Amino acid sequence: MKRLLAVTAVLALAGCGSSDGGSTDDEVTGTVTVFAAASLTDVFTDLGEQLESEHPGLDVQFNFAGSSALATQLTQGAPADVFASADTDQMDVVTNNGIVSRAPSLFATNVLEIAVPAGNPGGVTGLADLADPAKTIALCAPEVPCGAAAEQVFDAAGLTPAPDTLEQDVKATLTKVQLGEVDAALVYATDVQAAGDTVQGIEFPEAEEAVNGYPICTLTDAPNPAGALAFVTLVTSGPGQEALAAAGFRAP
Amino acid sequence: MSLRAHVVVRRGSLTLDVEVAVGDGEVLAVLGPNGAGKSTLLRVLAGLLLPDGGQVLVDGHRVWDAAGRHVPAHRRSLGMVFQDHLLFPHLSITDNVAFGLRSRGAKRAAARAAAAPWLDRVGLAGLGDRRPGELSGGQAQRAALARALVGDPRVLLLDEPLSALDARTRLTVRAELRRHLTDYAGSAVLVTHDPVDAMALADRVVVVEDGRVVQTGTPAEIARRPRTDYVARLVGLVLLPGTGTGAQVALDGGGAVAVAEEVAGPVFVAVRPESVALYLARPAGSPRNVWPLRLVAATPHGSVVRCDLAGEVPLTADVTATSFAELGLAPGADVWASVKAGEVAVYTR
Amino acid sequence: MSRAGRDGGVPAPLLVPALAAVAFLVLPLVGLVVRAPWSEIGPQLTRPGVGEALRLSLLSATLATAVSLLLGVPLAWVLARSAVRGRSLLRALVTVPLVLPPVVGGVALFLVLGRQGIVGRWLFEATGFALPFTTAAVVVAETFVAMPFLVISVEGALRAADARFEDAAATLGADRWTTFRRVTLPLVAPGIAAGAVLCWARALGEFGATITFAGNFPGTTQTMPLAVYLALQRDPDAAIVLSLVLLVVSLATLLLLRGRWLGRGVTSG
Repeated sequence: MKRLLAVTAVLALAGCGSSDGGSTDDEVTGTVTVFAAASLTDVFTDLGEQLESEHPGLDVQFNFAGSSALATQLTQGAPADVFASADTDQMDVVTNNGIVSRAPSLFATNVLEIAVPAGNPGGVTGLADLADPAKTIALCAPEVPCGAAAEQVFDAAGLTPAPDTLEQDVKATLTKVQLGEVDAALVYATDVQAAGDTVQGIEFPEAEEAVNGYPICTLTDAPNPAGALAFVTLVTSGPGQEALAAAGFRAP
Repeated sequence: MSLRAHVVVRRGSLTLDVEVAVGDGEVLAVLGPNGAGKSTLLRVLAGLLLPDGGQVLVDGHRVWDAAGRHVPAHRRSLGMVFQDHLLFPHLSITDNVAFGLRSRGAKRAAARAAAAPWLDRVGLAGLGDRRPGELSGGQAQRAALARALVGDPRVLLLDEPLSALDARTRLTVRAELRRHLTDYAGSAVLVTHDPVDAMALADRVVVVEDGRVVQTGTPAEIARRPRTDYVARLVGLVLLPGTGTGAQVALDGGGAVAVAEEVAGPVFVAVRPESVALYLARPAGSPRNVWPLRLVAATPHGSVVRCDLAGEVPLTADVTATSFAELGLAPGADVWASVKAGEVAVYTR
Repeated sequence: MSRAGRDGGVPAPLLVPALAAVAFLVLPLVGLVVRAPWSEIGPQLTRPGVGEALRLSLLSATLATAVSLLLGVPLAWVLARSAVRGRSLLRALVTVPLVLPPVVGGVALFLVLGRQGIVGRWLFEATGFALPFTTAAVVVAETFVAMPFLVISVEGALRAADARFEDAAATLGADRWTTFRRVTLPLVAPGIAAGAVLCWARALGEFGATITFAGNFPGTTQTMPLAVYLALQRDPDAAIVLSLVLLVVSLATLLLLRGRWLGRGVTSG
């Protein structure tokens, strides 16, 4: 079954711009550089270690940041093998610059969730509290996918948000909650899960109005095409999908 | 006595242990080589440095003692003149001179008004708006003197005030300093390594060697009766006051001395002991200065004998011990002394 | 020092590296000017966020410098002139923000002055006011990273100044405070001015501690460096324009100050 999935994945990704058609496991070595959205930090790190254990001699290096920052770096010529974005807009920026020759594939989706510090000191109950100027609220800056999604949910709910700070990526936003410095923030469901006991999550219906699709792709000038393909394969295959699901991501 | 102090300072290998006493209107010179601790003594008297022992009294009040009493410098009534004048570079001359008055509470206008006459007295009238950097060395030192005196201090301390000046300026400034010191009513302590300063300016001299006082007395006493070889080598000359006309100086105490250059007005005549030659009979020769004198005292120092001569032109002469013996000299003997005019130094007074 | 007759040639072993240094420092600035979207500069400059960010940057940097002067000059005096014990340790502590990554500084400020911070929690419980996400927090973050520059500059100037002037002032009846006010301060004024300029420049360019501790919100905490960083992700042209604005304003201020306040000190000090 695993093998079937792997083959399917390879076929699906054949259009994603890899110069080598098929490569055996023995050739997967060297360094693979993966640019991934901040929200993928924990699960991709685990997957990277898994790939390294399967291929001795392979070193998976990550650059986690806001997807828009990563897209800018890539369009400015930063060398990388793989790009995984938190929304299709940022992936579009990269594809429009001709770095990716084929259509990328979605490997997960994510929704927003309200995060409050453990114990909910601000007494937050729902999205309306994030429009309350009296409360201290952190949101992602609209330039990053998490912030763009936040704008959509507020629009859908007909509310005007009252943030006190607009952070440059979702992890920075989450940190403010973990430190107890804000009453609430809008982060991904996966971030709430990853934060464990330090943070409590509050779901809200309007989250379904802004579902972020996470695309992944190898890059045309990848220094290590074999390694790139191996990582993308892992992410889209059974073990990868299980890890993503366990972290709170939804299926693509 | 206006200033009395016993100062003990231990610093590394040097121990300074000195007692000084200066009366009202008196000028005491502390003479000694560099490193003898003279400047340290002055800083203690000023209250800028705490000694290790002893006491300092001004007008009978203890301003420092080993029991812990310490009046800091800014609360003492003193004025200090430094070797490098230390005029505040960011203030005009007038504001510099007025500084002491302002820091004791005077308003700016009043302080400046009080400073103006002092500028006149030191010959700096009209230069009040200049900055210290625009003044010559001599002018700056005069301004420093005015700054120190404007507050009418009880004690005036001078730390090598002439050493940083060039030779020519030193002469004129020394003469002016002598005038101001004569007018000054408080106690003055002048520290110097130049014996001419001590001779010209002081009423009494204290010679400090290796941190100890080796001799005190009037300048003349010290020159005539040096108690140690060091003092003898340091201070051999006697300054004789007189009035110059042409190439001749008529001494105030009688007698005349021929000098090499034209001089006019009040001067000091100084003769080094080693330039004086002694004869048993009147010598016939080129020197124009020949006087009959009496040998009053003779003190041997190493290979020379310091002869104290009295008469028309009181002098000291250094004669080798051999010559002294060969001439059969002894106290009470009549001798003839001669000095070449070119070896007589003349200073304006 | 007369210009005429002085041999001003630069020896070749020094000239080449010097030129390389100039190129290294100037080329990125030239790049900014050359690549700027000059045709759209008007609309870019008049976007609302630009004026806000600039005003906030100038205001916070100036306030941070003022606080640094008030607190830093006395500290520099203690380090240079007093006989307090433990001065070397104190000096090392004071310069820690210089080597600390600014983001780490921001986190540290949170841990002390945040709502849950060691000190901040008392303030919050008593008044409901928390420092993070306010303009005051921007000033605090900038002061934290920039004050050490001022302290070190001023301490150096105090050490170089001749302490004997202070002796002279004491003999003229000035107590330590009067001496400091009327003698020491004027003497080291050029050094203080130079330190203040350095401090202001550092505060103006501060990013890591600001975005971590004060957060990012247009008009309140979004200073120019933050605006540039975020604009870079959305619209690189806007980022270039913002960078140019900051560059021009900084250059103009530094040139103005050097001419008026530092000129005399530089030639005489």
